[in-house]
Amino acid sequence: MLLATAAAALMLLQQAPAEGTDWDAEFGIEAKVRDPLTGEFPVAPYQQSNANAGALPYASPALVAAFGGREGILRIAARTVELSEADPRIAAIFASHDMVRLKRTLGEQLCYLIGAGCDYTGRDMRSVHADMGLTKADLNALVENLQAAMREAGVPFAAQNRLLAKLAPMAREVVTR
Amino acid sequence: MSIIAPCLATLCSLLGDAASADPQIAYEPVIDAAPVAPPVAPPAPPAPPAPAAMERALAPLAGASALGDAGLRLGRAELFKGGKLLLTNGVATAEGSSGGGLARWATIGGRQMPGGIGASLHATAIELADYGWRSYGVLVGVGDRLELSYARADFDTRKVGALLGIGEGYAFNLDTFGAKLRLAGDLVYGAAAMPQIAIGIEHKRSRDGALVRALGAAAASGTDVTLSATKLLLGHSLLANATLRYTKANELGLLGFGAAGAGHELHFEGSLAYQLSRRAVVGAEYRSKPDNLGLGEDDWIDLFAAYALTRHLTVTAAYVDLGAIATIPGQRGGFLSAQVAF
Repeated sequence: MLLATAAAALMLLQQAPAEGTDWDAEFGIEAKVRDPLTGEFPVAPYQQSNANAGALPYASPALVAAFGGREGILRIAARTVELSEADPRIAAIFASHDMVRLKRTLGEQLCYLIGAGCDYTGRDMRSVHADMGLTKADLNALVENLQAAMREAGVPFAAQNRLLAKLAPMAREVVTR
Repeated sequence: MSIIAPCLATLCSLLGDAASADPQIAYEPVIDAAPVAPPVAPPAPPAPPAPAAMERALAPLAGASALGDAGLRLGRAELFKGGKLLLTNGVATAEGSSGGGLARWATIGGRQMPGGIGASLHATAIELADYGWRSYGVLVGVGDRLELSYARADFDTRKVGALLGIGEGYAFNLDTFGAKLRLAGDLVYGAAAMPQIAIGIEHKRSRDGALVRALGAAAASGTDVTLSATKLLLGHSLLANATLRYTKANELGLLGFGAAGAGHELHFEGSLAYQLSRRAVVGAEYRSKPDNLGLGEDDWIDLFAAYALTRHLTVTAAYVDLGAIATIPGQRGGFLSAQVAF
């Protein structure tokens, strides 16, 4: 009798789960959380070094000036990522990656390579691109977007090419198929 | 019983409430509904910024590709998908291969990337002091590996024809079948010291067999073998090319091949070009040639400018100095070529 009473009581007390239940928490799934300060997702630890930038920097103040200094090159990097995210040829490659981090690390890399006094804190080209399955056509699309960003920023063509000259040899590490 | 009774009473009252409540209609009644105003069209997206005047002027040409950049497929290969950077497919040479106008380069023609098939068509006119050259051809590129080309050249002797005793306006005609295979390297990417390297052949057939033999040529057809190395040196915005050609062709083959006692020789074609923008390049070329017939055949020189009007259309203009042709010296003039590539 008591058992039946308890069962009935339980049946009556059964409620639909509340709206907005955090199912990830219920099932113990750990969500990646953006760092509140930087807005980036955490990455596995790695050795930081300017050598990861993949080339030695220029030492030419005139070249840095052609890119509009440190602020100029950082803007160009961010714009390149922006154009690529909107580029139907390669947007899918960027969709699953941390664009906040890419904008920062690409900015650091380009800034370091033209000799505008940044340190590159990202990973090396080979390990970053290892699982992306990039083709030379993807690379060409990115180059066109970088050229467009540099053109928008009014960088002279010869200076544009000097930056590309630093990046072109990295194709061996980036293109995997 | 004393506990369960109120419980059941609660349950019954709940059920009763549910039963007595008005049925909820989850849809809007249609028949007597007040007329619904048509949905207001969403505000139009902001108009894209006006393109530069040049782009606006060329906008109709950009869509000139009837095939578009869409994915046509031939087996596993993508047809006419494109993907090359502007000008990296070179421009058509006088012999139909991709290169710089007069010199053959290691580039593979067509706009295709690895895994794709591309093609290009070209037409070239050269106006010299005494002669006129017209050539046109077609080229198929397979990935970044193979290029197959055909070109037909018509060389009009105009008034000089009478002087040479072959009749005014006599035209020499030449068919050139070319093949080029990329062996290693990349024009743009990879180490600056590693050029794109390609070997190739050009099989040429003069259509004036009897006449060229009468002029002293040993044969009406012949095959050139070429080895080319080409690199875009981005740090200097320079494109450098060197080609070795093993040939016995007289004036590219227009005047036949070889002569008594003269066979294949090794010759050199060099190009140096400066990139003004991603669309424009200016340069100079030099091409050495044999003089098997003893007609004073000269080495060739050109100064050229190429411009990619769109991804598909490239025009090349050049000043050429072809020296003496068939003993008539001072053959300088203009070179104009258009290439459409997919």
